[in-house]
Amino acid sequence: MDRNHLKRQVDLMKRSLFDQGYLDEQFIQLEELQDDDNPNFVEEIVTLFFNDSARLLQNIEQALVSVPIDFARLDNYMHQFKGSSSSIGAKRVKNECTRFKEYCTAGNAEGCFRTFVQVKQEHAILRTKLETYFQAYISFMCVFVLVIFALTYICLLFCLYLFSWQDKLDHLGLQEVKLDDYMDEGGSLIIDLYYKYDKAHMIE
Amino acid sequence: MENGFSSPRSESFPAGLRVLVVDDDPTWLKILEKMLKKCAYEVTTCHLAREALKLLRERKDGYDIVISDVNMPDMDGFKLLEHVGLEMDLPVIMMSVDGETSKVMKGVQHGACDYLLKPIRMKELRNIWQHVFRKKIHEIRDIEHENIDIIQMSRNGSDLSDDGHMYCVEDYNSKKRKDFDKNDDKDFSDHSTKKHRVVWSVDLHQKFVKAVNQIGFDKVGPKKILDLMNVPWLTRENVASHLQKYRLYLSRLQKENDLKASFGGIKHSDFPPKDPAASYGHQSSISLNQNDVANGYQFCGSNFIAQDADTKNHEGDLKIVSEMTEIKRALTTDVSDLQKARSSQSFGPSFASLETEESYPAFDSTNPPEFSWSENTETQVKKELKPHPQLEDGYSQLPPHGPKPQIQMNQLQSDPAVTSALSMTGRDISGSIEIKPLFTELKSKHVSHVSPTESAIDTFPVQTKSQLINHQSFEPISTVISSMKPQGFNLSITDLESCQRNLTSSDPNFAPINEDLTVWLKGDYYSMNFGQSIDFIDYDDPGFLAEVPFYLYDPLTADFQCPIDSTTECPIVDQGLFIA
Repeated sequence: MDRNHLKRQVDLMKRSLFDQGYLDEQFIQLEELQDDDNPNFVEEIVTLFFNDSARLLQNIEQALVSVPIDFARLDNYMHQFKGSSSSIGAKRVKNECTRFKEYCTAGNAEGCFRTFVQVKQEHAILRTKLETYFQAYISFMCVFVLVIFALTYICLLFCLYLFSWQDKLDHLGLQEVKLDDYMDEGGSLIIDLYYKYDKAHMIE
Repeated sequence: MENGFSSPRSESFPAGLRVLVVDDDPTWLKILEKMLKKCAYEVTTCHLAREALKLLRERKDGYDIVISDVNMPDMDGFKLLEHVGLEMDLPVIMMSVDGETSKVMKGVQHGACDYLLKPIRMKELRNIWQHVFRKKIHEIRDIEHENIDIIQMSRNGSDLSDDGHMYCVEDYNSKKRKDFDKNDDKDFSDHSTKKHRVVWSVDLHQKFVKAVNQIGFDKVGPKKILDLMNVPWLTRENVASHLQKYRLYLSRLQKENDLKASFGGIKHSDFPPKDPAASYGHQSSISLNQNDVANGYQFCGSNFIAQDADTKNHEGDLKIVSEMTEIKRALTTDVSDLQKARSSQSFGPSFASLETEESYPAFDSTNPPEFSWSENTETQVKKELKPHPQLEDGYSQLPPHGPKPQIQMNQLQSDPAVTSALSMTGRDISGSIEIKPLFTELKSKHVSHVSPTESAIDTFPVQTKSQLINHQSFEPISTVISSMKPQGFNLSITDLESCQRNLTSSDPNFAPINEDLTVWLKGDYYSMNFGQSIDFIDYDDPGFLAEVPFYLYDPLTADFQCPIDSTTECPIVDQGLFIA
C-alpha cells in the first residue's frame, strides 16, 4: 500500500541520516520529547534552529571579512553557533565548528575561511536533507490520514447506498404489484389490439 | 509556599520544582523547557541574564534553582552565577557546549552546583532536584551549628547584645528544627517555606558592605556586622555565610588583580598595539569584571552617601570625589553586570598598573601609558592649590572604604578613565564609565576655573561629531543603569555618562576640547540625555589613550582662569548628545 511505502521511505531516510553522520543521538532525544501536546515538536525545533542559525552564520561571516579579524569575537560567534547546532544533533556541522574553532584559536585566518565554507556547506546539506525528511514524514502522515479519511468516506457511501437500495427495493415491490395490474390490463389490451388487427385483416 | 506567584510545590517533591532557565539560544531554550516540563517541573525561560536577575529579584523565593548558559551576550554566565549566589543563594547549574576542564573548574569556583555539557540529556535534568535538596540540608546544618554556638556564647555571658539576637535566632531555629524533624522528605516543601530564606537584596548587601567597610575588613566579624547593619530580622548565621561568600569573592578578585598587575607592570612602558591588547583583553576583562563587581559591592553601601552628595551640588571636593568614586563603582557594577567583560582590553593593563602603582612614567612623555595618568593625576592634584587638598582628602577618605588595592585602583582609574574608556571595545562599557566619572569629576572640580581657549571652542563642534559615535555606546549603559538604580542616581550617572562620553571620544588633538567638555560638563550634568543604542565602537587606537591623559592634564597645569562660559558649549554639547 502507498502508505507503507511512504513509511518505509521515511524510516530509510532517517536511518541514512544517522548512518552518514548527519545526525546524532540528540535528534532521537527530540523525537522522544514529541508527544500529543506537541505533535510537531521536532519539526518546530528544527525550523527554529535553521532560522536562528542563519543569523549566527551572518555574524560569523561579518566578523571574518572585517579587517583586522577579531579572533576572539569570531570564536565567540562560532561557539554560539556550535551550541545551537548541538541542540538538534547536527553532528557534521558541529564537527566542522570544532575545526573552525581550532583554527580560530591558532589565529589562522586562512584556515578559518576554509573551514567556514565547510560549515556553511554542511549546514546547507543538512537543511536540505531534513527538509526532505520532514516532507516525506509529513506526506506519510498526510497519506495516512487521507487513507483513513478515504476509508471512512467509502464506508459512509456504502451505508448510504445500502440504505437507498432498501428504499428502492420497497419501491420496487410496489411497482411490481402495479405492473402486474398493469400487465393484466396491458395484456388484455394487447390481445384486443391483436384481435382488432386480425379482424381488420380478415375483413380484407 | 507563601509565594503568591507560583503554586506551592506539591507533596511529591521534586515534582513542581520551580526552575528558571537562562539561555540566549532560542532553540535550546525551547528544548530545555520541554524537557523540564516532562520532568514535571515548573519552568520559566529567559533570554537575557539581566532579565533573569530582574525576575529573581522580583520574585524573591519564587524559584528553587537556576539553570544558566555560560556564554551569553549581555552578561557572562559566571557573573550571573555569582550574583545569584550572593543575592539569592540559589543553586545554579551551568551549561555549555564547551567542556574544557578549565571552564568547568571556573564554574565550580564561582559557585556552580553543577556543570552540564550540551547536548543535554533528559536524565541529567531529572536529577537537578538533588542540588536543591542538598542546599537545604546544608543550610539547616549551618543553622544548627550556629545555634549551638549561640547557646554556648550566651552561657558564657560573653555578649549581652548578642542575647537578643540569640533568642530570636534560637527560637527561630528551634522552630525550624522542629519543623524539620517533623517533616520528612514528604513535607519538604513545607519546611522550605517556613525557612526564611534571606534574599540579599541590593540594599541589604549595601548595608552589609557599609558595615564591613566601617569595621575594617581585617577586623570584621559576623556579629559586629550584624550589629552595625541593624536589621532586626537578620540572623547571625545569615551574615556569617554571606560574609564567607563575600570573602571568597574578594579573594578571587584580588588574585585576578594581582595577576593583572604583574602582567600590566611588564607592559607599562610601551603601550601594546591592538593585538596584544586583544589577548590582554581576555584576562583583563575577567579581572575587570571582577574588579567592577568587587568595587560595586564595596561601594554599594556608599551609594546612599553618593546619592545625597549628588543632590547637593559641589558641597566639597571631598564629598564629590568620594561620591563620584562610589557612583562610579556602583555604575561599574551594574554596567559590568550588564555588559560582557571580554572587551576590556586596555582597561586591564591600566587596572593592573593602577593596582601596583609601579609604572608611572614621566608625565611629560607624549605617549605615557595609561597608568601614568593615575600617577599624574595624583601628583597634579597634590601640586595644585586649594582644590587639591580637598582632592587629597577625597583620596584619603576613600581607602577606608574597602580593600586598599581596589580603592586605589578606583581612584587612579579616574585618570586612566579616559584612556581606558578609549581603549574599550564594544562591550566593555563598565570600565570606562567607572573610570571616567571619577576622572571627569576630579577634572571638572579642578578645571572648572580653566577656561578653554578660543581655538578649543572652535574645534569643539568637530570634536563633538567624533564623540557622537561614542555617545551611543554609553546610552544603553545609562539606560541600563537608570533602570537598575534608584532615581537619585540617574543624575549622577548622567553626569558620569556625559563626562565619559566626552572624554572617551576625544581625540588627543582635541585635548583642549576635552577640557571644555569637562568644564561645561559640570555645568550641564543634568541636561544630558540617555537612551541610545548600546553598540559601542571598538577602539583600536591604544596610542590614543596615552595621549589623552596628557592633554587632559593641560588645564591642570595651566593657571586657573575664569569659569567657562557654558552657554557657548551648551548648544554644541547638546547637539552632540542628541545627534547620537
